Amino acid sequence: MNILYFLVGCSVLMALVFLAAFFWASKTGQHDDVYTPGFRILFDDEENKSDENHISNKPQS
Amino acid sequence: MQNQNKIATKELCYHCGEPLDDIKLSLDGYDFCCTGCKSVYKILSENNLCNYYSYNDSPGKRTQNANHFEYLDEPGIINQLLDYKHDKASIVTFYIPAIHCSSCIWLLEHLYKINEAIFSSRIDFLKRQVTISFKHEEISLRKLVEILNNIGYEPLISLQDVVKENSHSINKSLIQKIAVAGFLMGNVMLFSFPEYFGLNSLEKQFQHLFGWLNLAFSIPAAFYCGKDYFISAATSLKHRQINLDTPLALIIAMLFFRTAYDVIFINEPGFADTLTGLVFLLLMGKWVKQRTYHHISFDRDYRSYFPIAVTTINNGIEKPIAIEEINIGDRLWIRNGEIIPADAILMKGDAWMDMSFVTGEAEPIHKVLGEIIYAGGRQTAEAIELEVVKPVSQSYLTGLWNNENYQTDLKKQNFNDRNAKYFSLGVFIIAFSATIYWLFNNDNHKAWAAFTAVIIVACPCVLSLSTPFTLSAILSIFDKKGFYVKNTDAVEALAASDTIIFDKTGTLTCTENATLSYTGILDHYEQTLVASLIRNSSHPLSRQILKHLHYEEFLPVTTYSEIPGKGISGTIHHQKIYLGNSSILPKNTAIKESNGTHIVIDNQYKGSFQAVQQWRSGLPQFIQKLAKKFQLHVLSGDTDQEYAALKNMFPTKTKINFRQSPHQKLDYILQEQRKNRKVMMLGDGLNDAGALKQSDFGVAITDNINNFTPGCDAILTGNSLNLLPNFIALSRDGLKVVKISFAIAIIYNCVGIYFAVQGTLYPLIAAVLMPISTITIISFTSIATHYFAKKNKL
Repeated sequence: MNILYFLVGCSVLMALVFLAAFFWASKTGQHDDVYTPGFRILFDDEENKSDENHISNKPQS
Repeated sequence: MQNQNKIATKELCYHCGEPLDDIKLSLDGYDFCCTGCKSVYKILSENNLCNYYSYNDSPGKRTQNANHFEYLDEPGIINQLLDYKHDKASIVTFYIPAIHCSSCIWLLEHLYKINEAIFSSRIDFLKRQVTISFKHEEISLRKLVEILNNIGYEPLISLQDVVKENSHSINKSLIQKIAVAGFLMGNVMLFSFPEYFGLNSLEKQFQHLFGWLNLAFSIPAAFYCGKDYFISAATSLKHRQINLDTPLALIIAMLFFRTAYDVIFINEPGFADTLTGLVFLLLMGKWVKQRTYHHISFDRDYRSYFPIAVTTINNGIEKPIAIEEINIGDRLWIRNGEIIPADAILMKGDAWMDMSFVTGEAEPIHKVLGEIIYAGGRQTAEAIELEVVKPVSQSYLTGLWNNENYQTDLKKQNFNDRNAKYFSLGVFIIAFSATIYWLFNNDNHKAWAAFTAVIIVACPCVLSLSTPFTLSAILSIFDKKGFYVKNTDAVEALAASDTIIFDKTGTLTCTENATLSYTGILDHYEQTLVASLIRNSSHPLSRQILKHLHYEEFLPVTTYSEIPGKGISGTIHHQKIYLGNSSILPKNTAIKESNGTHIVIDNQYKGSFQAVQQWRSGLPQFIQKLAKKFQLHVLSGDTDQEYAALKNMFPTKTKINFRQSPHQKLDYILQEQRKNRKVMMLGDGLNDAGALKQSDFGVAITDNINNFTPGCDAILTGNSLNLLPNFIALSRDGLKVVKISFAIAIIYNCVGIYFAVQGTLYPLIAAVLMPISTITIISFTSIATHYFAKKNKL
């Protein structure tokens, strides 16, 4: 049963790692805006490229 | 794809979706309603940003006329606005009210295509903010703002932006505390489980370890997560008051010391599980209570209405300076559409001031040279020169915010804090009598056990949770209906109000739906003349008048001229036509009324268009509903021309006052409050700001939630005004729910106290009782709130 001492240590350590991960996420602002990223993923880069080819070859100002 | 779009938007502007007028502007086969929309399209198509139009149909918004951003070249102002400045890059955050759809996100995040000096731009959609990082050596802040303005996303730069509030960081520290409390609670639960199920001899060796681990986890729970409760309790005791945090702090301390004692001296498990669970739940309650509306600010004052800088003239040189640097004697240069930031004397030019924010009077007022113009007025004619007589913060209007009357705010106590006193007293009486009983019976151990157990089990935890959960459920019901209340304490103030005071303009009437009425006669040919002239003007009033006229064709106009804020004139078939306010008309014209838009054709006065304000829909029924339960008053800054209409709508005993200055409104509220009435004020403009702040519950009414609203306790959209009686009823029911849940909590407490006074409260009982009572209360409050919401038809 002495293995429990080791396991308890492991479990506390794991929980501490998760807590630290949460702190890091909240510090870097990952919870600040949970709405806009959902939109961002829907924007289509492909269409954009084909547009450029079709419409004009003007240099960007 | 593009063809489909074209068909769908044939009759509408491709950019903004407004119906097209007779004048069509076309580019690349698309039609636009105005040059503004067309030029935005042009910029976007030149930069390969036409994807903007593929995510939504007509995603744009019609833009206003050109703005002046010279002040953004001032280093002092730039430094105030920038979030961060590096030797190569700068980061700035703007609030852009026009952000409303996914196309906006797409466009604003592709700003780098328009100018390569922009590294990246990120949108926060709910806050309508865009954070832009750019190379400040290649593009100035002013240029950046002009780009945004040119594509139809003008940032709102006001003084309030400069004075950034740090409410955000407070919230962040609470979330961190919740995370820590959750971590502690989870671990303590894990180590307490063997204790719950009973330990066999093999496991006994771990009891010591688990006990000490639990104690170790209790230390941050009590002194990091629970820190705020101790601070709050200490401050309230310093003021010789007891708030709800006082017993909570006592219980947290008691739980901790009892746990420490049990673990260290008698090798028992202690109450670590209850302690960590309690702290976690308390913090959750606090978090629910702190919910905020990102897009709405309730603490706005004149600073968010005023611009951040103003142009001064010094020896003929124009120079923009920050508002707070304005000194007495400075010469200001105010252009059409700009706001006067400080009380000043008119020195040069023709002033037509729109004082609607100051007085509530909708018509522009003519000021002559040498007259004092109060801060907050908006110039609607040509550029004028003024000399400042008072600094910004002490001006007539801004002084309202520095009024000493507002100190009374601190004394407002909510339901919980009022009851905390009696609650604490009751707990102490029970705790001491149990202790004394066991001391008489010579059982010292039981006396200590009973004393601590009573205090632990009588925890007002439920009380501190039921209020935030109930009231925040009510808040979310309110905001679905367009009623945004500042916080949960404000809901209690709403429920307590018994007197309602209305402002008239913008509150009872709807400023956006003003209709035109014409006094005078215009024959068909004259209507054609006016229409031909007016179609050249893009002024909103011109468009409204154009809709009013009957005409088949347009005649060619020669010598057309438009004077901003005054009107237009032109010649058609040698007939000279004037259209505008009284200052543009030929000198000898006799006019009946000074207000309105007048028409003169060939020196003959033809009549005038008057804007007639519309009462909000359903107003009479709404007033009748309120009159049954509340005392009603009307305070208007306007003239008394609507007296008869108001008199009809309101019950006979209603006091209706006209020509009230902002200060008179404030004093009126004070008078009512001295009569011990709980006053609710409904207003809209800056002129009501003082009254709104002084009232027990100030409601700002607005037709567009992004418009400026003065500081208040709640913001109500104009369409939802009819629902006000239901809102008040629900808030009262909400307090009822809180009281019932209080009774339920007491039943649970009695069960706990039954064990506690006998000194036989095992940690397991406490640990079970607390979550059960919490779950009961939270589910009861949410069910009851939704039941009452249905009952009140919300």
